[in-house]
Amino acid sequence: MNLSDLALRITDMASYDGYKLECQPIPGIADVIQITVQGFEELPAFVSFTDAQLLCITNLFLESEVNPDSRGRMLEEMLELNIPMPLSAFSKLGDRFVIFGAMSPHSSLEDICHEIVTLTENAVEAIDALKDYLVPLPVGKGGSR
Amino acid sequence: MNVLKRIIDAVRGGALGIAELISEGNGIEALEHQLLEVQDNLNLVKHELTEVMAKQMHASREIASLKIAISEKEQEVGAALDRNDEAQALVIAETISVLDKELESEQQVHTIFLGHVSRLRAMVSKTERQIKDYQRQLHMVKTTESLQKASTAIAENYTASKGKMHSARDSLDIIQQRQQRALDLLEAEEELEAQTGHKTLDERLENAGITEATMSANAVLDRIKSSRS
Repeated sequence: MNLSDLALRITDMASYDGYKLECQPIPGIADVIQITVQGFEELPAFVSFTDAQLLCITNLFLESEVNPDSRGRMLEEMLELNIPMPLSAFSKLGDRFVIFGAMSPHSSLEDICHEIVTLTENAVEAIDALKDYLVPLPVGKGGSR
Repeated sequence: MNVLKRIIDAVRGGALGIAELISEGNGIEALEHQLLEVQDNLNLVKHELTEVMAKQMHASREIASLKIAISEKEQEVGAALDRNDEAQALVIAETISVLDKELESEQQVHTIFLGHVSRLRAMVSKTERQIKDYQRQLHMVKTTESLQKASTAIAENYTASKGKMHSARDSLDIIQQRQQRALDLLEAEEELEAQTGHKTLDERLENAGITEATMSANAVLDRIKSSRS
C-alpha cells in the first residue's frame, strides 16, 4: 500500500471501530497526508511512508508552550511515559514536541486505522498528563494542532 | 562516519543540515550507490564461490575414484604375490605409485579449493553484513527525509490554520468539552427515553381514555355497526 492507496481506502471506509476518519492532502507536499479522527480535529495525525516504515506523527505542543522552570522534569516524565504508552512514543521535531508511532509499510488498513486512533487518544491523554508543565501561549504565538 | 552521528549533526544544523544530509552525493543517493556496488560485488563473489565449490567437488570425486583404483590395484598386487608372480606385482605397484602421485596432487588441489571456499564464504557473509548495514543506514536517512517532510507538513498545517490555531491546553479543553457534551447528550437521551418510553405512552393513551380494553370494545362495536348498515 502507498500513501494514495491509504488515503483512498480511508476515505472509502465509513468508519473504523465507531470512529470516523478523514483524510486530507497537504497542499504542495505529496509524501504526507493528514488524517483526523472525528471529535479530535484539533489533533490531526500526519502520515508518511518510507521503504522501511510508515510514520504517524501528531503535534503536541510548541517549545514556547513549555514552562522553562519545569522543562527538565517534563522531559524526564516523557521518557518514563514512553514505554507504558501503547503504540506511541514522544519525540521532537524542530520546536515542536510530537507523539509518533512507526509501523511496517506492509501493515493492514485496520492496523493503520488502529494506530491512528490510538495515537490520537494518546495525544489527548499525553497533553492532559503534561498540562501542568505548559504555560499559556503569548498572544500571536499559537501552534496548530 | 556513523550514520546516526551524521543525522544528529544534521538535526543540530536545522533544515539546512537535513537538506544537506539527504542531498545527492552525501545522503540517500550516495548510500544507494554504495549499496548497489556492494550487491554487485556480492553477486560476483557468490558466482566465484559456486565455481570453486564445483571444482572442489570435482577434486573430491577424483580423490574418491583414485582411492578406489589404488585399492583395486593393491588387491591385484596381493593376488600377483599370492601367485608368486613378483614381476607382475612390480608392474602393478608401479601403476599404484603413479596413482599415488596423482592422488597426492589431487589432494593438494582439493585442499587449495577448500581454502578458497572457506575464504569466499567468509567474504559472502561479510558482504551480506555490509549490505544489511548500508540498508539500515539508508532506512535511517530515508526516515530522516520523511520526518523532514512531515515536519514541513505540520508547519504548513500551522500556516494554513492560523485562523483557528490553539495552544495544546486549548485543544485539550475543546476536545474534552466536546467529549463532555457528547456524554451529556447521551445521558439526556437515556433520560428522555426513560421518561417518554413505552410506559409513558400507555399512560398518555389511558389519560385519553384509550385503553387496550376500550380499543378492542370499540373495534367490536364498529364491526357490528358496519354489518348492520
